[in-house]
Amino acid sequence: MSEAVMESGAAVEPDGTAGVVNDFARDKQVFGMPWGKAMMWIFLLSDTFIFSCFLVGYMSVRIATTDPWPNPSEVFGLTAFGYDVPLLLIAIMTFVLITSSGTMALAVNMGYRKNRKATFWLMVATAALGATFVGMQAFEWTKLIMEGVRPWENPFGAAQFGSSFFMITGFHGMHVSAGVIYLLVVANRVRNGFYERRGGNYEIVEIAGLYWHFVDLVWVFIFAFFYLW
Amino acid sequence: MSYVAIADRDHEQEHHDPQTFITKYVWSQDHKVIAIQYGCTAIFVGLIALGLSAMMRLQLGFPDTFSFINPENYYQFITMHGMIMVIYLLTALFLGGFGNYLIPLMIGSRDMVFPYLNMLSYWVYLLSVLILLASFFVPGGSTGAGWTLYPPQAIMQGTPGIDMGIILMLASLGVFIVAFTMGGLNYVTTVLQARCKGMTLMRMPLSIWGIFMATILGLLAFPALLVSAIMMMLDKTLMTSFFMPAISSMGADPGYTGGSPILFQHLFWFFGHPEVYIVALPAFGIVSDLLSTHARKNIFGYRMMVWAIIAIGGLSFIVWAHHMYVSGMNPYFGFFFATTTLIIAVPTAIKVYNWVLTLWEGNIHLRTPMLFAIGFIFTFIHGGLTGLFLGNVTIDLPLSDTYFVVAHFHMVMGVSPILVVFGAIYHWWPKITGKMYNETLGKWHFWMTFLGTYAIYLPMHYLGFAGVPRRYFAMGNTDFLPESAQDLNAWITVSALFVAATQILFFINVFITLRNGKKADPNPWHANSLEWQTPDTPPRHGNWGHDLPECHRWAYDYSVPGYDDDYIPQNVPANVAPAGRDHGGEH
Repeated sequence: MSEAVMESGAAVEPDGTAGVVNDFARDKQVFGMPWGKAMMWIFLLSDTFIFSCFLVGYMSVRIATTDPWPNPSEVFGLTAFGYDVPLLLIAIMTFVLITSSGTMALAVNMGYRKNRKATFWLMVATAALGATFVGMQAFEWTKLIMEGVRPWENPFGAAQFGSSFFMITGFHGMHVSAGVIYLLVVANRVRNGFYERRGGNYEIVEIAGLYWHFVDLVWVFIFAFFYLW
Repeated sequence: MSYVAIADRDHEQEHHDPQTFITKYVWSQDHKVIAIQYGCTAIFVGLIALGLSAMMRLQLGFPDTFSFINPENYYQFITMHGMIMVIYLLTALFLGGFGNYLIPLMIGSRDMVFPYLNMLSYWVYLLSVLILLASFFVPGGSTGAGWTLYPPQAIMQGTPGIDMGIILMLASLGVFIVAFTMGGLNYVTTVLQARCKGMTLMRMPLSIWGIFMATILGLLAFPALLVSAIMMMLDKTLMTSFFMPAISSMGADPGYTGGSPILFQHLFWFFGHPEVYIVALPAFGIVSDLLSTHARKNIFGYRMMVWAIIAIGGLSFIVWAHHMYVSGMNPYFGFFFATTTLIIAVPTAIKVYNWVLTLWEGNIHLRTPMLFAIGFIFTFIHGGLTGLFLGNVTIDLPLSDTYFVVAHFHMVMGVSPILVVFGAIYHWWPKITGKMYNETLGKWHFWMTFLGTYAIYLPMHYLGFAGVPRRYFAMGNTDFLPESAQDLNAWITVSALFVAATQILFFINVFITLRNGKKADPNPWHANSLEWQTPDTPPRHGNWGHDLPECHRWAYDYSVPGYDDDYIPQNVPANVAPAGRDHGGEH
């Protein structure tokens, strides 16, 4: 780069890959978003690694164990109206959680439209659906515990079944519970005008939404790898 | 948490200065105070770990002499020494200490993007340290499983500290990871989002690049440790069998079935190998800045240095199983991991060549920080070369679990980063405290430490070749070991105690200059990077007074021809002084 260009301050923009690199590296925020949102994305990346390790660990012990692995369709089946329906409760739980992602997306939209009332109620609905999910999970845990499933043993087969089940769904359930609390705190602040007094910026709703969608997405993987495999 | 953090509050920062002693020095949200808190805590636990290593050396050098060292607490010393040095000292000091201090100052920001979270990070770290130290005092003492905590022995009868020690260790690790995550998210977001005007990524000092990349590695590697800690905790407390196979213990069946100890090794080393670079990359970065500043020359191949840091960071995630060649894994895995391991030598060698070429024909000032930086090049080349031996499967097999390995990793990730830590402390001491350290004491400290290091670790390589296994309490009547091995052990012990004792020079220097040191120049090294251009020394809360700095050039404009001074700070505009090489990316 010549000195003349340097001093006039006009920069020659390169094309292609160099242009992309240049764009990311220049003297501005790398991601055009608030700091909180960037940090949430980075946190979720880290959290992805936690759940990946859990799932890989689960797959590894499932392969390593010599005892037969219980059939999830039977273990997680429920009897409804005289029929044995495999994975009935899990299907409902999954449906509830995915629905909550929908209400969350609507809440984010309403937040950007500065519709405080709608945002508040949609976030409460999301939290309620999340709480329902945790409640149904508690029901499932209770049912399995009544049937004799423990972290160290179970009547259906390999001991690692119970260990992995309680550990992974427990860790995910903790994420959902924390998310419910987080959503309620943010929802309450939306309601009482906390963000209005700070310039009416509702990015925080989207940040909470990112976390919530992530927790839902993780559930899809747990559902696929634990219940359907 | 405040949504508009201090870096955004350009004009009201005077009102935000903390007033009381408590908010200023204890519950402080200022990154500089948090950095010093991190640093002091880390050095404090580091001293405990140093004491533990002295106890181990006493036993090895003079067996059957000291009645207060028995096999049980020898294993506890080994375990706690390793764990503290790697995680609670080096990781915390480089990222929590130097990361916190340097990132906002070097990139021209007022503070981290989330100061409150940053403060929490320190206090949670302190909690993890307290939990760790508590394990010395519980019934059965701390765990003696070795720092790798391999199951099944980590939680089986016969290993010291299987009652409470291992539980507290795992809990402490979990808490540490929470603390690190809070800090790490801050460091990464700050580097990405809060740089001052003109501070492009390719103008950042290499210290920041090293710390930045190391933090990313930490955020992606610590999850594996967290998961393995949780699983082992469940194995210990709830009798699950993630890692525990069906096994007989002292003639009894402890009740485990069908777990996989190898799974733990994979998870642990998926964390453990990036951890090596979490410690090494900040050292690489800092040493680049020290060399360039004190040699009055621009760093050789800045762009390659950055890409090497990124390449090493990426590769560090696909080499982990080279720690597991003797675990009985599939030979094809050994082939794969040996290949990736040796590939990592390429970017690392690029860095070493560039450091040496930076010194080439430089105007070298052999001040204390520079001595430590050059010392680092020696110890790092040394430890790196032995790494090539251990990275090859066939050479590793006979050397595995011998003192050769001990010598290797102490040279490469023990001594080398510690030399950089000392160099960095001396280098930034005038900025942090506003006082100048004592050069004579500093030089004595360097030579004692540097030469002592070789007195300790060079003989260990020979012990390793002779087949002396690591972690043994005593050799007993081992036929294949010559008598002289014991003489060498005694020599190592004497050297180690000597080096440990000479560290007192460092603390004398610290305390004397804190009390009576002469006032330091704001930029005593005539350095370019922004932390030396602050309006106050030491920098006040908010760092930059009224206006944020503007960056106009890279950090390495030393000895630019046609300019009066031999340095041009980063905030000097381009039309005032020639920009040596512009690293904004345009061509």
